[in-house]
Amino acid sequence: MEYSEKVIDHFMNPRNVGEIEDADGVGTVGNEKCGDIMRFYIRVEDGVITDARFKTFGCGAAVATSSIATEMVRGKTLQEAVRISNKAVMDALDGLPAAKAHCSCLAEEALHAALRDYAQKTGIVIDGLKAPEEHKH
Amino acid sequence: MDTLYLDNAATTPLHPKALAAMMPFLEGKFHNPNSVYGPARAVRQAIDEARAVVASAIGARPDEIFFTGSGTEADNWALNGVMTASPEKRHVITSSVEHHGVLYTCRALEKRGYDVTYLPVDADGLVNPDDLREALRPDTALVSVIMANNEVGTIQPLTALTEITRRNNIPFHTDAIQAVGHIPVDVNALGVDMLALSAHKFGGPNGVGALYIRKGTPVSPLIYGGAQERGRRAGTENAAGIVGMAEALSLTMKEMPHENPRVSALRDKLIAQITSKIPHVKLNGHPTQRLPGNVNISFKFIEGESLLLHLDMQGCCASTGSACSSGALEPSHVLMAMGLPHAMANGAIRFSFGCGNTDADIGRLMAMLVPSVERLRAMSPLYDDYIAASI
Repeated sequence: MEYSEKVIDHFMNPRNVGEIEDADGVGTVGNEKCGDIMRFYIRVEDGVITDARFKTFGCGAAVATSSIATEMVRGKTLQEAVRISNKAVMDALDGLPAAKAHCSCLAEEALHAALRDYAQKTGIVIDGLKAPEEHKH
Repeated sequence: MDTLYLDNAATTPLHPKALAAMMPFLEGKFHNPNSVYGPARAVRQAIDEARAVVASAIGARPDEIFFTGSGTEADNWALNGVMTASPEKRHVITSSVEHHGVLYTCRALEKRGYDVTYLPVDADGLVNPDDLREALRPDTALVSVIMANNEVGTIQPLTALTEITRRNNIPFHTDAIQAVGHIPVDVNALGVDMLALSAHKFGGPNGVGALYIRKGTPVSPLIYGGAQERGRRAGTENAAGIVGMAEALSLTMKEMPHENPRVSALRDKLIAQITSKIPHVKLNGHPTQRLPGNVNISFKFIEGESLLLHLDMQGCCASTGSACSSGALEPSHVLMAMGLPHAMANGAIRFSFGCGNTDADIGRLMAMLVPSVERLRAMSPLYDDYIAASI
């Protein structure tokens, strides 16, 4: 199994690892059984995601997708962020091995979970927000 | 940067003397050992000598050794061969911690309508003989239990199991691929009827293994098409591979009296260092009854592949049987059978020492391992949850 240079870079030097104190949105997806758990934290100011951080338990691809997803959402409006697909995450990493494609789905789900948390707390409606997924892994 | 190779259970480097023994059969001595002329007879003789070496290493007779293309092939043959030879019997008993060579063959047998009982193991990976006794059926054709586990290194006391099968006249196969060349193996002392071994686990080349079949054991041929391996595994012999295997085995048997304790000491030192210097770790497998070179450790709050990748970036080769590495999203069946929770099974790493490793390797590994574990835990939400719960 071959990881791209970008995956290795984001795995070895993950961006935005950590927590946001009093985050505006927090979402956790995955479970120990499937081997991956991602927790996303977002800070939202005037409808724009000004900070995004993560903590991830998982394989190299799980860490790398978390890292790049936080980079991708920073500076985006909520409506832009909600449209970031798992494919966009995967493309940004120059692809993932087939067996690891689910990690990019998990990153998308984690982002949506954080956005959902924010929407719930604030009552702000975000179009296109996905419902929580029953984890199938 | 020199590679720090700690994956000898996956494969060992080819011993230079084994390579030297093989070379003539890759160059001048190309003749088909099944031909009648002089040069062919020389190749035949080399194969016969190799057979005698392999036989004597495990206390067998030369005519009980059948060369194969791998240890996995030998495992497949043992199981399928016995079932085919005894069509009236429909039941196989094995353990829940077998190598895939046996496990997947059993699953394939189930698909063909056979019943398979997978004996449970205790927390150390040992089968309880009482469970075997209870699993026996009148139509049990075969029992197959791994001698030394490839993941966690637990050595199964086979005689407690073979006593039972002998009394009931049931053939017993063991996958001894991790054992041969590393711990003493004697087919008669063990009471086994079949035994699989593989050359590249003890300094021999890849692509050659052997199945020991005790005389009189009902086993159907594996490959038809010639008289090779007494008509039971046809195909022109891999003379270079067979000679290389015998040379490596003969060397490893000579070295075993001092290599076994030397490598065991490396193992015990690494276990002691990891368990004393890194919190939240667990040694998997039997604490004492284990292969000389095997260290299998679960690092809590970390997924195994991520740690493996960290070590790889620093030049260290180790292994994991964990979830993501296989793409199957299933943690190791061995660790699950031993009762580990998912999170611990997913965080397991195997380091395996061989004759090329020295005491200095332990210091090198620890210098990589400690900071890597710290970094990965720092980004683990599970570790956060643990800290939050303990405050």
